[in-house]
This record gives sequence, C-alpha cells and structure tokens, in this order.
Amino acid sequence: MCYDHELMAGASKRKLKSALSANSYYFSGDEAIAEGAIAAGCRYYAGYPITPATEIFETITSRFREIGAVSMQMEDEIASICSCIGASWAGAKAMIATSGPGFSLMQEAIGYAVITETPIVLVDVQRTGPSTGQSTRVGSGDIMQARWGTHGAMPIIALSASSVQELYDQTIDAFNFAEKYRVPVFLMAEEATAHLRERVDIPEEIKLFDRKKKAGAAPFGTEESDGVPPMPTFGEGEKLLVTGSTHDAYGIRKTVDSLAQEKLVTRLHSKIMNNREKIIEYEEHYLEDADIAVICYGFTARSSLFAIERLRKEGKKVGMLRLKTLWPFADRAISNVGSRVKKMLVPEMNMGQVVGEIVKYASCEVVPYNQVNGEIIHPHTIIEQLRALL
Amino acid sequence: MSIDLKQYLRPGVTLPFCAGCGDRILLRLILRAIDELKINIDDMLFVSGIGCAAWIPSPNFNADTLHTLHGRAIAFATGAKVFNPKLKTVVISGDGDLADIGGNHLIHAARRNIDLTVLCANNMNYGMTGGQVCSTTPKGVRTPTTPGGNPYHPFDLCKLVNAAGATYVARYSVTQPSVLVESIKKALQIEGFSFIDIISPCPTQYGRQHRLGTPRETLKFFENRCIMKEDAKGLSEEELEEKIVTGEFSDGGN
Ligand SMILES: Cc1ncc(C[n+]2csc(CCOP(=O)(O)OP(=O)(O)O)c2C)c(N)n1
Ligand SMILES: [Mg+2]
Repeated sequence: MCYDHELMAGASKRKLKSALSANSYYFSGDEAIAEGAIAAGCRYYAGYPITPATEIFETITSRFREIGAVSMQMEDEIASICSCIGASWAGAKAMIATSGPGFSLMQEAIGYAVITETPIVLVDVQRTGPSTGQSTRVGSGDIMQARWGTHGAMPIIALSASSVQELYDQTIDAFNFAEKYRVPVFLMAEEATAHLRERVDIPEEIKLFDRKKKAGAAPFGTEESDGVPPMPTFGEGEKLLVTGSTHDAYGIRKTVDSLAQEKLVTRLHSKIMNNREKIIEYEEHYLEDADIAVICYGFTARSSLFAIERLRKEGKKVGMLRLKTLWPFADRAISNVGSRVKKMLVPEMNMGQVVGEIVKYASCEVVPYNQVNGEIIHPHTIIEQLRALL
Repeated sequence: MSIDLKQYLRPGVTLPFCAGCGDRILLRLILRAIDELKINIDDMLFVSGIGCAAWIPSPNFNADTLHTLHGRAIAFATGAKVFNPKLKTVVISGDGDLADIGGNHLIHAARRNIDLTVLCANNMNYGMTGGQVCSTTPKGVRTPTTPGGNPYHPFDLCKLVNAAGATYVARYSVTQPSVLVESIKKALQIEGFSFIDIISPCPTQYGRQHRLGTPRETLKFFENRCIMKEDAKGLSEEELEEKIVTGEFSDGGN
C-alpha cells in the first residue's frame, strides 16, 4: 500500500483499531477518503463545507463520534487549515478536505506548513474553475496550484487516484508520507471519483508510519542537507519555538542571515527531491512494444485504459503510463518512456498542466488533449485522439 | 526584570521592543500573572500572529510557542486546544492581527467559547509596518494611510467580543499594572473564552505621529486617558470621547 520500502521498514504493522473490520464495502470516493483517514490514525479534522468534498466532512464527523475524536466546522478554509496545523503540533494526525475555492484560500497556510515542517493531509476534490466555475462538475485544474500555489513554493507531495479503492489507499499513504517527510501532502481527488460508488476492500492490517520523536533533538534541522528532523509535540516540555520566519535548527528566527535562509530552503527542497524515487509511484500498461503512450492520471486514466485495450484488440501498438504521484514529478519514468515511444498523448481536464512537465523530460513528440467542459474525457474521445496519431 | 521573572525567559534572548513600548511592560505583567498563579509554564502554549505584539511570547517565553500567520493565531490555537485540552493555551497578538485581518476568527472563537485566553496588545495602529490605521484607531487620527484623518469610528473590541459570547471580557492599560495583572490572572483561570483589550502604547509610531512627545510622555498621555468604568458613569458623551474606559465588561460569572 505504501510505496516507500525504507519507510515501511520503520513502520509498525498495526491491527486496524477503531476502524472498519476487514471486509468489502461499497463506498463513494468521499466516504473512502474519510475511512482511509480514520484507518491511518487521523484524529483531528477541520473543514468548511464545499461541493464536492462535503461528504468527506460529514462522513468523518459521524465516524469520529463513534471513536471519540473531534472534528470542527471552522468559519472558513483559512481557519480550518490553520487549526489543523495547530492540532498537528499538539500531536494529531490532522486532515482537511476542500475544493478549488477553499484550496485557494489555504495557500498562505500551506507555505506555513512547509516551512514549519508540519505534517498535514489536504484533500482537494477538484471541480471546474476558475472561481466558482461549475461546482458540481469535474475538472483537474489545480495540479500546478498544488505545486506552486504558495509563495516561495517548495516541493510537496501530491497523489492522484483513479478509483474509489485507490482514494482509500492513497489517503493512508498521504498520512504516512506526511509523517515521514514532515510535509503537507495533497490528495488531488476529482469530483468524478469522489462521487463514484465502488467496491473497496479493506485489509486485515495496514502499515502506518508515525512521526519520529527524539527528546531534546533539534526539531528544525539535521546534520544532512536533506534530512527530516524528529518532531516533538506541544506539552512535552520541549519549549518549542515554531515560526513561519526563517529559523535555525532550534526554531530561532534568522531574519537577515543569508546562510540560514539558504540552508533551510535547500533542505526543504532536498528532503523531498532527493527521496523522490522512494515517493513516486506510477503504473504502466502495454508499453513494452508501444509506439504511442498515453500519459494520464486520475479519472482520465480509466478512460485511457479502456481506449487502449480497445485499440490493442485491433493490433494497434498503444500503451499508457498512469501517474499515481503528481508531485514530485516522475521525471525519470517520463524520460524513459519518452525514449522508447514515438509519441505521447496527454489528455487532461484542464488547459494543459502536467503536459508541460512531460515536455520538459520526454524526447519524443508530446501531444496534449485538453477538455474543459466539466465532463469526464470519454474513452471514445481518447480512441479518436489516438487514431489521429497512429 | 526581576530575578524570578527571568526564569521564564528563553536563555539568550534580548527583548526586541522600542524604548517605552507598552509591549515590553505587558510582557512582564503576563509573566507576573503566571508567576503569581504558580502555573507550570511547560503546561502552557503561547500562540501569536504577526506584528510587534506577536513577538511578546516568541521567542522570549521559555515555553512552547507557536508564532503563526498574520491574523490566524486564534485558528491555530483552536486546533491545538481542541485536540489537547490540557494545553493551557494563550494567544498574545496585536489589535490589527486579532481584530482586522483576524477579526472573523476572533468573533467565532468567542462564540464557540472555547477555553482560550486572548490578550490583545492594542496600540491603536499597525506598529510593525509603520503606524498605519487600524480598526482600533480613534476617528480623526492621522496615519500614513489616513493623511486626512481616520474617517471611521473604531471598534470597541470589548463590546464586540462580549456580544459574540465570550465568558470573560475586560479592558485595562499597561499603565494600570496591578489591576491588569489581576485581570490576566482571572482570564487564565476562567474556563471558556477570555479576552482582554490591553492598551499598550506605541511611542515610536503612534506617539511620534501624534506628537505625544517622549516615550515617557506617551505613556503619561494614555495613563491620563484611562479611567475605570465606575468613574465613567457621571461623564457626558463629550467628556467620554477623550477617555478610554477600563474595567471588566463580562466577569465570567464571578
Ligand atoms: C497576510 C499579511 N498581510 C500583511 C502583512 C504585513 N503586516 C505585518 S504586521 C502587520 C500589522 C500588525 O499590526 P498589529 O497586529 O496591530 O501589531 P503591532 O505591530 O501593532 O503590534 C501587517 C499588516 C503580513 N505579515 N501578512
Ligand atoms: Mg497594533
């Protein structure tokens, strides 16, 4: 379930406690996210209702009542994410879910979570934009915002799921990554999957990673230039100094020290980028002999796979690579596939976001396909696009 | 600072405040209240926003401190407190931080009446960014962004927070140290949302822009303006214009 084998080496196998028993369930994507969070140990949730993420809030709130945890409806998304960061420092695994308008409001606090190295999980159930757009309809327009939305942007981790089962699994992964790397982790869900109902298999045991603690250790610095420091909790007598200003390893503000600025920013960058091979996950289908590769993510991958299997029956050499991790970007996988195929087709429910990254790393011809009408990209559309390229 | 208050300061810090800054006095008075109540500072969490006042606890207090974003201190504090109610959580921040950019969080936290103590260091301007107008700046006062005089009435923060549902609401000035310390002690002990609007003069920005004179004279100016609410009773509206009425406005049922 979790990609990082080293991460899992340090993790404890835990019986699902106060979560659902191992079985098959029929969930909407939003419900699966709520259940995944609870299984991962999430015990603080703050939110502000917004379509199409509201059901996550409602589900987790009623489930929290059963297990004795607290959710808060705050006055806006800014307060929601800030309260999650406060709760995280108080020891909670905390989550928040929203959609585009709320995600925009949270950008300043995301930067605060990055610089203070606060683990939180943020679910963005994407809908069309800009602004209010069409609130009940699907889009995928927040991918670049996840990476670059907060000022002075630093690497974060962003995941993308194609099924309800995967929303459950990736919510757990998101918590593990957040705890391991002390970063905000984004689950870039989409309306179409969040409102889809599918079977979800819940296993007997899941693997969880909890933040490392070390009394007296520096909470904001490591010997290595790409390390993740241990994270103490408020109330343990550590006399913590948590600040959004540039700081040294003990949290002391360094507002005009060039070296301190460079050191902190370099580590925040490197702790994710140097570990990206352990974080990044993708899935390949029919690529062995393919001339054309569809590079896709999220719901669009379902249509793409359908299209490819249809064309394979006709003997067409098409394949696909599905990105399960959007950030850090799967640069090596893309450059590798790019050297094997003649063309790549990149279908997206936006005006072209991930395609720009692909162009950076692929040596072959890269063809975008953009659909922004609030509908999913249908398999026949992808078949059409592929036929034009064959 | 007296020997016994020094024990609450983080080793190695030098206090950052300007000469005559009310925040320097307030810092000492907060520590005095904690000392007199014999609260273990390790059980406390100090949360602040951005601005001069937000520097009162961070990095100076030798305790857990969460120095957050401009306006959002109360939201951060809410998450920490709700998840771990054992943390004695105190928000210390400026008037602009708590009442302007963070005003919505302030009234909602008061409405929820969560057990937080909020100490608002009110210098009637944005000290840190150069003395611009604040929602607490008196009408008519000139600031760099109201060169023709502030056209608007200020907030009465106590009325606002009281109406929103806080348990304990008071206003005192750092020029009234003994009543202020008693008020902080009460705020720390009361369960529920407690709020003190603390007049904390800013000689560098507000004082200079209003030609209030030296830091000492600025403090004197505010000292003369502050009257206890009991003494305000017989005064006309005009006489009250010039005064800052201090006292408890909601006493937590005590
Ligand atoms: C989002 C945001 N906007 C603006 C600022 C710039 N800023 C820093 S402090 C401050 C005003 C502080 O006023 P107040 O809270 O009254 O604190 P004081 O300095 O007066 O104690 C402003 C506008 C900021 N840090 N963040
Ligand atoms: Mg101020």
